[in-house]
Amino acid sequence: MKVKKIKDGIVLDHLPCGKVLDIIKILNIDKKTGETVSILMNVESASKGKKDIIKIENKKLEDLNIDKIAIIAPNATVNVIKDFQVVKKRKIRIPDIIDIINCPNPSCITNQKEPVKPKLLVEQTEPLKARCYYCERVFTKEELVENI
Amino acid sequence: MNIISTRYMKRSFIEEVLERTKKMDPVAESKKQLDILEGKILATLFFEPSTRTNLSFTTAMKMLGGTVIGFDDPRTSSVKKGETLADTIRVVQSYANAIVMRHPNEGAAALAAEFTNIPIINAGDGSNQHPTQALLDLYTILKEKHKIDGLEITLAGDLKYGRTIHSLAYALGKFDVSIVFASPPALRIQRWIINDLKSAGISVKETDNIETTSDVLYLTRIQKERFPDIEEYQKVASAYVLNEESLKKIGKETMIMHPLPRVNEITPEIDHDKRAKYFVQSSYGIPTRMAILSMVMGD
Repeated sequence: MKVKKIKDGIVLDHLPCGKVLDIIKILNIDKKTGETVSILMNVESASKGKKDIIKIENKKLEDLNIDKIAIIAPNATVNVIKDFQVVKKRKIRIPDIIDIINCPNPSCITNQKEPVKPKLLVEQTEPLKARCYYCERVFTKEELVENI
Repeated sequence: MNIISTRYMKRSFIEEVLERTKKMDPVAESKKQLDILEGKILATLFFEPSTRTNLSFTTAMKMLGGTVIGFDDPRTSSVKKGETLADTIRVVQSYANAIVMRHPNEGAAALAAEFTNIPIINAGDGSNQHPTQALLDLYTILKEKHKIDGLEITLAGDLKYGRTIHSLAYALGKFDVSIVFASPPALRIQRWIINDLKSAGISVKETDNIETTSDVLYLTRIQKERFPDIEEYQKVASAYVLNEESLKKIGKETMIMHPLPRVNEITPEIDHDKRAKYFVQSSYGIPTRMAILSMVMGD
């Protein structure tokens, strides 16, 4: 491995190639984060060709907004590292209801300062299709990602 | 019980509405007043102007013996002051037994239903749905064609933004019908609606013109504001106008429907043609809404 192991933190593995910059943006990782972030792109994967990896030092699992990552990296794995060891490993999956992305329909009532959270019901995961509970429109993964 | 969207409705529920509408039909025609909803209050909240839907609900409620409160001009309501829809609904629920609402934003009725326990009847939410129109449309088809199953229905005009089209397409999707969508390419019905209908086993076709021998031709207005320039609009819209000439290319038994108001998409010269049923259709708004109101508020 060209990038050294981290002592404590989170490793996001099995990310689809070319999506790391989007993921960094979703996770709100920027210079204010303060921690060291390593990005590995086009890494050979034993099972699925190539993948990207992000290593974030000193971050806890609860610091990450897992559902948001799931939209663009549905097969990603989150590894929790403590003292150089993987102490927890979990797959992330697209949730049944996406409530952390606003409905991409600008005219939807949920985008009009009403006291409700968005409610996008996942009808299909591959390829992703989600329907807004309120305006009933169906959106593709691309439309949802654009709205992150 | 809420009436939010035809997409959620079961066939059995639609049939119950149609059955009840049939019972209300002679009452509406004779303009006799019933006392089914005596002592009940209906609030009609029209955040977007409406003439016939509002009048039709008001008439239906009064014919059932109930009273009506509400507004039809949001400029005079607290909405102007920036009140959220959620707050308006929470306040109005203490005044009325049910709420009929029209709102410019899609999903407004579904949101309203989350903030109250009294029934919400969607009278139009943006370009999404107008379920009571779809139910009266189905009643018209049933009344005039004596059946719904087995028919071919052409829905034409502005299929992309037309809420009456969306509601009717989903309502028809509960029956064994074939649907033809006729529209200019820029105003095609949304892909997900086609997919939903196909998943429900409905035969769906798309075409560019209204020449049809379908059992029903349901025409809707193509609005100027949907086009970047007036020339493009005129070029497209003229192909979706029914006049004496274009009527010759329509089937001899094809019933012509329109949700009204029309502007120039159906010329008055064809009003007397036996196939033209849009005024009859409009009149069924009263018994249909009487049926719906009695179902959501009746004991």
